[in-house]
Formats: sequence, C-alpha cells, structure tokens
Amino acid sequence: MATLTFLAPAATAVGNPTLNIGIFVGFVVVTLGIVIKVASGKKTAEQYYTAAGAFSGRQNGIAIAGDYLSAASFLGIAGAIALRGLDGFLYSIGFLVAWLVALLLVAELMRNTGRFTMADVLSYRLQQRPVRIATSVSVLCVSLFYLLAQMAGAGGLVSLLLGVSGELAQNLVIAVVGAVMVAYVLIGGMKGTTWVQIIKAILLISATAIMTVWVLAKFGFSLSNLFGGAIETTSKSSAEATAKGAERLIEYGVQYGKTTTTKIDFISLSMALVLGTAGLPHVLQRFYTVPTSKQARKSVEWAIWLIGGFYLLTLVVGFGAAALVGPDKINGAPGKQNSAAPLLAFELGGSPLLGIVSGIAFATILAVVAGLTITASATFAHDIYKEVIKKGSTSQDQEVKVARIGAILIGLVAILGGMLAKSQNIAFLVALAFAVAASANLPTILYSLFWKGFNTKGALWSIYGGLISSIGLIIFSPVVSGKPADPKTGLSPSMVTDPSIDFHWFPLDNPGLISIPLAFFLGWLGSKLSKEYNAEKYAEMEVRSLTGHGVAEALNH
Amino acid sequence: MSSPARTTGSDPYVALQATPEFQSLRKKFRGFVFPLTAFFLAWYFLYVLMSIFAPGFMNTVVFGKVTIGLIFGFLQFVTTFAITFYYAKWMNREFDPEADALGASLDHDKGH
Repeated sequence: MATLTFLAPAATAVGNPTLNIGIFVGFVVVTLGIVIKVASGKKTAEQYYTAAGAFSGRQNGIAIAGDYLSAASFLGIAGAIALRGLDGFLYSIGFLVAWLVALLLVAELMRNTGRFTMADVLSYRLQQRPVRIATSVSVLCVSLFYLLAQMAGAGGLVSLLLGVSGELAQNLVIAVVGAVMVAYVLIGGMKGTTWVQIIKAILLISATAIMTVWVLAKFGFSLSNLFGGAIETTSKSSAEATAKGAERLIEYGVQYGKTTTTKIDFISLSMALVLGTAGLPHVLQRFYTVPTSKQARKSVEWAIWLIGGFYLLTLVVGFGAAALVGPDKINGAPGKQNSAAPLLAFELGGSPLLGIVSGIAFATILAVVAGLTITASATFAHDIYKEVIKKGSTSQDQEVKVARIGAILIGLVAILGGMLAKSQNIAFLVALAFAVAASANLPTILYSLFWKGFNTKGALWSIYGGLISSIGLIIFSPVVSGKPADPKTGLSPSMVTDPSIDFHWFPLDNPGLISIPLAFFLGWLGSKLSKEYNAEKYAEMEVRSLTGHGVAEALNH
Repeated sequence: MSSPARTTGSDPYVALQATPEFQSLRKKFRGFVFPLTAFFLAWYFLYVLMSIFAPGFMNTVVFGKVTIGLIFGFLQFVTTFAITFYYAKWMNREFDPEADALGASLDHDKGH
C-alpha cells in the first residue's frame, strides 16, 4: 500500500486513504479467492459465456442488480440529487421503468431462442453472417461506451479517496481496475463474474440501506423533515445562486425546464433510458445464465425489486448529503458531485464508514466492467471468430481461447480509453451508451421476436442506421464540441475543451429522440423492400420463443 | 444453435404454429403484454412531460415539503412493482400451463 499512499497528500484527503484502499484490496482478495474456488479450471464455451445456465432465478436477479447498479447509479445519481434535487430522481425512474420492457417483451423470449449471445436471437431466422457481423459491431460499440464510463468513474473516484487529482495516480488506478477485471473474467468466466456481481450487489445495497436508515433517523424518519434540512443547509451555501435557489431542490424542471432545447433534450434522454436497458448486451447476456424462461422471469422480478428499492434509497442518500454535507463541501471535493455519497458516509460514520463505502464503490465498478468484458469477449469469440471467420467449425477449446484473448484486448482498450475519458461525467457517458443501445439493438430485438415480416435487409438497415445515426449525432452534438466556455476556466465543458473549436450542429445532448424512431423506421422500410422470408425458421423461432421448446435439450446435450 | 432433429417435408414447428391452440396462446400473450406495455410507457412519459411542461402543477406542495411531483415519482415505483407482480402471477397461472403443454406435445409427436 505504501506505493499508493505516498502519492496522496493526506491532509487534503477525506478520511484515511490507506483504510479506503485496504478495504478495496480486501474485496479484491476475497472475491478473487471465491472466483478461484468456484470457477477456475478448464471450461466449455457454454460455461465460459453463460455458466451453462446453472444459476437460479434469484441468484441471477441479484447478479443483474450487481451488473446494473453501476458507479453511475450509486455515485452519479446520489450526487445529482444532492445538488439538483428531484431532477436527479428523474434518472432513477427511467432506469427502473426500463426493466418492464425487459420483463414483458424481451427476457423470456430471448432465453427461449438464444444460447450464447445476443446475435443468436437476431440471426435466428435471418442470414447468419451479415446479421452476426452487424450485431457484433453494435454490441462492441455499446459495451465500449459503457466500459469507458465505468473506467472514467474509477479515475474520478481515486481523486476523491486519495485526495489527489494527479494524472499518474488516476491512471494507475484505472490500470489496476482493468487488470483485476480481466483476471476475474479469465479465471472465472461467467460463473466467477456472476459471483462477484452477487457479492457486490449485496454489499452495495446493504451499505446504502444502512446509510438511509441512519439519515432518516437523524430527521425523525420524516422525508419532509429531510427535505427541509436539505433546503436549510443549501440556503446557507456560500455560493449566492445556490443559496437563493435552495427551494428548487424539491422542484421539478430546474435543470431541464430552462429552454425549449433542454426540454426536448430531456424527452430524448428519457426515451433512451427507458428503451435502452432491454438493448444492453451485458444485461441480455445475463438471461442466458439461467436454465429456463421461467427462471429468466424470476431473475427480472428479483432485479426489479432490488433495483427499485435501491433507487428509493439513493433518494434519501442524495438528500441526506445535501442536508448533512451541503453543496459547498460537495462542490469543493475533488470528485465534485460524484463525491456526495462518500462524503455523507464520512459525515455519518467517520473514516470507517467512508472506507467501506469507497471500497464498495470500487467493487461496483469492478463487477460492472467484468460483466461488460465477458459479454464483449463472447461476441468477439462466438460471433466474429467462430460463426463469421470460421463459419461455425472450430473446437470448443479454440473458441474459449479466442474469448480469453478477446477479454485481454478489451481490457487494454478499456484501460487506455478510461485514461483518456476520465474527466467526463459518468452518468452522462452511461446515458449515451443507453441511447446507442436503444437505437441500434432494441428495434431489431423487438422486430425479430414479434414481427413476421422482418428480414435481413430490415435488420441491417436498423442496426447500422441506429448505430450510425446515434453515434453520428453525438459527434455533432454539444457533448463533443461547442458548449459555451466556463467564464472561470475559459474552457468549454464539451469533450473538446477548446471553446474556439466548434463543429456541433445537432442541438441536443442525447440523440435518442431522432435515432430511436429512425432505427425503427429503417427496420420496417428495409424489410418491406426485401422479399426474403423463411416460413420454417419463423415457425421454429416463434414456437420456441413462446413454449420454451428445445431449451432443455440444448442444455442437456 | 442446436435445433431438434426433424423430418423433411412436414415441419413440426410449422404444423404446431398453424394449430388453433398455438394461435390462441400467441394471441393471449400479445393481448396481455402489448396493452400493459402501452400503459406503462404512456404513464412514464406522462410523468416526464409533466415534470418539464407543467412544473407549476408538479411543484404544488401537498404537505410539509412533499409535492405532487414527488408523489407522482413514487407512484412510478408503485406501478412498476405492481406490473411486475401482476405479470409474473398471470404468466405463472394463465400462460405457463398452456405453453408447457404445447411444447410437450411437440416432443410427443416427435417420439413416434
């Protein structure tokens, strides 16, 4: 630990950096031990990608919560609520309601018709090669976007916990997180990754629940008193504008209601949130880790209870941070809004609780990136290598080997990308990943499960159209260039911080409003312009999707 | 993608798909999930639109510091939980027995 702590001028750090890192290292050692115990050794492709469907619905539901409740949920949303009040709550609701799309329309039918990857389902009754290639491109893009967000979060977290914002320390932590995640995936495959996610979900939800009860106890278990406390503390802020606007914490429309553009942008964001979840490859991959569609249903039920419960807790944590820590300290901390929850932990339980919460926040990032890596490596090996390059003829051993090489490559890209993206807002990068998933993946998933007339041309138009339009619009949005410069620093908050470089022409931050309907439209139009139709394959897919026929045979071979 | 062995000519999946039992199962499923999906999406977007276009209404205080908007937000949680519960119960009770029976009939037909 000495090598890490010497980088940290302890005077500026909150709490005890050695303790924070110690708890994180403890988590890594314990989980790696568990991964080695339950899941090391030689694996078939099926075991590597999906743990051969051996998890129960309840276990998988907890793992889904562990996979989904990322650092953006925990640190990002709690911080947004602490500083902007109910506007931050709108994110949570979108992230939760989105699960109904997965529950009602996607999870069970996908479980019944796919086995390894998302592309299994999309290419089921269409031409294998072109659809698998398109799906793989889209899966890798979405996973990388999401990975970058998580890695950037790791960089931001270290600046808070070690009290340094030095490039070297942040990059070092990003590299360590990347290396540990690759280790989980290489050693444990999906089984090991799932256990890491289960442990992390239990720790994260428990710690948040403890903080919630603690905060509520300080306010006589009254939400109204808590809000009052948050407003009172905020009104004493040294920043005049913040103090005057304290009442706005409990008001809607503060951030998004300013202008017509921000209003439309918010609709766009809401669409991406609610339609994105059921198109996230690492979420879909989790449905294959249970044996049947009934267990997939149970998984999502559990996930909804846990995720919904967690978001209710973050509301209290966010307002608790506003009331007990206050905007001045949050804005003054190295991680700014992302530090609201750790600062609240310090306020409540001192260094020990801060250490626990920080360790859990690191663990959160680790578990999510491991899930993303295994999904991306499955696509790399199963779809691109086996089905497209080798045309289906390769040995299991060779396929798993390629998946492992893929995991290492993805780890390297994530580490480098994370170092470059570390100054970006986490919740925001995640929102973009949702927009790309909702545009490039969801329309094709729904069409192939529900529309008889869907075909290869429709799939390709929809996937590539959704992918290109969503990413293209992001590139030409204010996210990348052209936001007005901050008067204090003279830098633009866009990715291109030089305010003189401005190539944006799309007014919205989030592309969903345009790219999602466009992808649905292109899927319809492409299908109408092609006569391709395979009655036998359609019958097979539809019968299997609804009755679950063939799933057990595929597993017991 | 292993699919069960089948004889050429009469495809058992095509045959099953054409039966009135399967058609009614499919209709039953879609008749249940599509309206429910339309409902929760409409309800969610109503909340989204109200929070940006009718902040005055949403920010009306009901008691203490609790506003209509906050209650509306909590109701989104309540409906999400309720739909989850309702869907699972319906599937377990109404859908699974029929779906399982149809799936089993396919194995039975294949056996002889």
